[in-house]
Amino acid sequence: MPESELLTRAECRRVFEAAQRAARTLGVRDVEVTLGATASALTRFANNAIHQNVAEQRGYLSVRVLADHRTARASLNRLDDAAVAGVVEQAAALARAQAPDPEWLPLAEPAQVAEADRWSPATAASTPAQRAAGVAEALGVVESAGQTAAGIYSAAHGAEAILNSRGVFAYYADTLAHFSITAMDADSSGWAKAGAPDVARISPVELARRASAKAALSRRPRELPPGRYTVILEHAAVQDLVGQMFWDFSGTAMRDQRSFLTGRLGEKLFGENISIADDVYHPLQSGAPFDSEGIPRRRLALVERGVPREVAYSRAAAQREGRAPTGHGFPIPNEYGEAPLNIVMEGASTSLEEMIATTPRGILVTRLWYIREVDPYEKIMTGMTRDGTFLIEDGELVCGVKNLRFNQSLLEMLSSVDQLSPAARAAGEESFDMVAPALKVREFNFTEVTRF
Amino acid sequence: MKAIAQRALEAACRNGVSYADVRVIERRERHVATKNGKIGQLSHSESLGAGIRALAGGCWGFAATDDLSGPGLERAAALAVEIASASAAARRKDVVLVPEEAHQAVWESPCRIDPFSIPVEENLDLLLKLDAGLRGTPGITLAEASLVFTRERQVFASSPGSLIEQTRTTSGAGFAAYSFKDDEIHKRSYPNSFGGQHQLKGYELIAELRLLENAPRIAEEAVALHSAAQCPEGIHDLILDSSQLGLQIHESIGHPIELDRVLGSEANYAGMSFLTLGQLNRLAYGAPLVNVAADARLEHGPGLGTFAFDDEGVPAQRVDIIREGLFTGYLTSRETAAQIGLARSGGAMRADGWARLPLIRMTNVSLLPGRQSLEEVFDVDHGIYMETNRSWSIDDKRYHFQFGCEIGWEIRGGKRVRMLKNPSYSGISTEFWNSCDAIAGPGHWVLWGTPNCGKGQPEQVMGTGHGSSPARFRRIKIGSAYGR
Repeated sequence: MPESELLTRAECRRVFEAAQRAARTLGVRDVEVTLGATASALTRFANNAIHQNVAEQRGYLSVRVLADHRTARASLNRLDDAAVAGVVEQAAALARAQAPDPEWLPLAEPAQVAEADRWSPATAASTPAQRAAGVAEALGVVESAGQTAAGIYSAAHGAEAILNSRGVFAYYADTLAHFSITAMDADSSGWAKAGAPDVARISPVELARRASAKAALSRRPRELPPGRYTVILEHAAVQDLVGQMFWDFSGTAMRDQRSFLTGRLGEKLFGENISIADDVYHPLQSGAPFDSEGIPRRRLALVERGVPREVAYSRAAAQREGRAPTGHGFPIPNEYGEAPLNIVMEGASTSLEEMIATTPRGILVTRLWYIREVDPYEKIMTGMTRDGTFLIEDGELVCGVKNLRFNQSLLEMLSSVDQLSPAARAAGEESFDMVAPALKVREFNFTEVTRF
Repeated sequence: MKAIAQRALEAACRNGVSYADVRVIERRERHVATKNGKIGQLSHSESLGAGIRALAGGCWGFAATDDLSGPGLERAAALAVEIASASAAARRKDVVLVPEEAHQAVWESPCRIDPFSIPVEENLDLLLKLDAGLRGTPGITLAEASLVFTRERQVFASSPGSLIEQTRTTSGAGFAAYSFKDDEIHKRSYPNSFGGQHQLKGYELIAELRLLENAPRIAEEAVALHSAAQCPEGIHDLILDSSQLGLQIHESIGHPIELDRVLGSEANYAGMSFLTLGQLNRLAYGAPLVNVAADARLEHGPGLGTFAFDDEGVPAQRVDIIREGLFTGYLTSRETAAQIGLARSGGAMRADGWARLPLIRMTNVSLLPGRQSLEEVFDVDHGIYMETNRSWSIDDKRYHFQFGCEIGWEIRGGKRVRMLKNPSYSGISTEFWNSCDAIAGPGHWVLWGTPNCGKGQPEQVMGTGHGSSPARFRRIKIGSAYGR
């Protein structure tokens, strides 16, 4: 399976052994070492020119020691033996400063983690010149339409690993690329974005065409009065909005009574047509197949036909509830426990074009922006439309409309879905990349309108 | 660190640049947090690295590395120049910088008590006492408390000859109480949301915040919100506490005045601004009593936006943003100042650590104190007073905003008459600031720290400062967040 030259398995073992040696000299037997290294580059453009163009290479080492029912973490970005010894000493000193915890857990035991291959040599080898050429091609599309554009073209590769004194050694290397473009006309804009482990699966020109067409179509936007509308949310808008609720699918959040699922697991909260899983092995997903203790990530049936069924459990949360951990825990110690991060929302067969064609009057939303929670239990979210909002009349896109503010309960929205498109990997800015369909929703609540 | 910076700079200059600068940064952070009587966070982190910014062929390139060996720095410098050269494939015009003198300086932020000298045991003891103080109130279902301390030592070196060493220490502390009952979750935070108050200070900040004294009141308010009336929907006079007003300034003044946004650099992500160039010295941004300054100088106070030099070596300055209601200034960099014909940068370039490129960021963007007493600010026949942010959202040109607060109070005849739950308000930025008709005086002015401001691609998180005292706004739209 893939290995990153930035952090090889052999280097992981060397660092772990150095940490274990340092711990032994302090009388500490149990050590967990998390380490990673990434090289990422991002070419940024605006006003039809590259204006920021950056690359960074960085590593990290994080050591957790466990002794006498206490645990603490220290981190550093160097991997030499002296640095490793220093960070172990720092973690041990922090651990000694606290009272023993009766709910303290020993280190995780080794478990088989199925591999997930998301390494693209093309992405890892991406050069500034290649990204600049991709940007130049995309700008050509936008310029030929008399528009200006801003956006990014990024590529990253790296590896992460977790090792502990009980024998856990989980290692994962991957690559990830994104291209995003906003095309701007005199009084309108359009946007498109894609992300994939393999940069070859991303077409800057195709995304530029899509963004440019939206900008052209939304010229001279009309102002619509706020109110309840049938709304078609494109994939990225679904990802950005629905993606806000998965922090609540956590055993710790439920125990803390800050989750909207508190007292509601197993109740029908959404429509029959809503099914959502967490599945790190889905072919369109990305990310490590193990959690911050090295526990394999298990597929979770988060929502089945409108009923929330499963939530994520870290080892600590699982122990409190008498369950098995699901492999979604955050680095210990932490306040939030765990969350599912590889969301796959089931789609259906209606295309976006069919959704529009079957809508007598409604609004098509390309993208949402600045989404924040208004009410944590009713899961009311607020935010704005952005970069391509259109009026639909008699099954056709009629014109662009000025952007609208929504205040919408996700419980209500996911109970009012009339149509779903096939699911695709969606990339936005407000939530993690997610596999999601476009949705047609009844009675979506727009409360105000802005000036553009 | 100076030797590393000089070596990296020499490497960049050998690659044929017209300008280069290097920042070498060493950062320490301690984060201690408790949740419901147990440790939530207990961590110490350190990082050291260098970021090299190179101007070659009229374009920028930037490369950052934590490999500070000679060959590591050589590679990073060469990569920065390679990236700048690649940028020429999509170039419209050469980057031009306004002049700035070379500076040699050593500066350290005031820090009376080194927070890293305080034993972690003492940190935990304080947080656990706060936790007990909150959970002593029946009905509190979740209590959280946290402390965070940072120290960043930075050496900046530039090809024209600047060599600047700065050390900044920040402290932050706060707590929150949650109460879940009957399908409602209410939360109260102290002294602010976002982890409390954060300033450019040492451990002395912690005693100033009077955390333990306020825990029982905050917990009682969280529980009392369950039986409070729902905030009404309609047009009402609005009074904001200084912490919520700090965030209002941040979102509806601080971001729109970033000149890079105005010029389109952030159009794909953070967005642009309604403050187009033609508005400068013409737009009535606020009522005549509204005065706002962006001030990075220590004289302004110990804010998260206080420093001696920005991250391109420009000395800290005060820039008047709104003078008696008139829009008078932007936050600028050496490049954007040149683009609009200014003679000098306002010194607002800041980077999130060594690995990221400096961008125009807020310094301390503050509403200057008014002349009214607190009683005069509250002197309305009927109005609504809101405290402590709960949600915040604004469009990508910064016209339309909506804020929710943790708690509200109905005001009649200048007095609080009843508590209101789920308060929110919304509006258009300039209309809102033009509706301001009372600002409390300097005795009520607090310089708040916002530690979590996001901007840029890859995203950078920055601490900003916002001074304000409670103020009143007439005929504001209230309650549409819960509107049907």
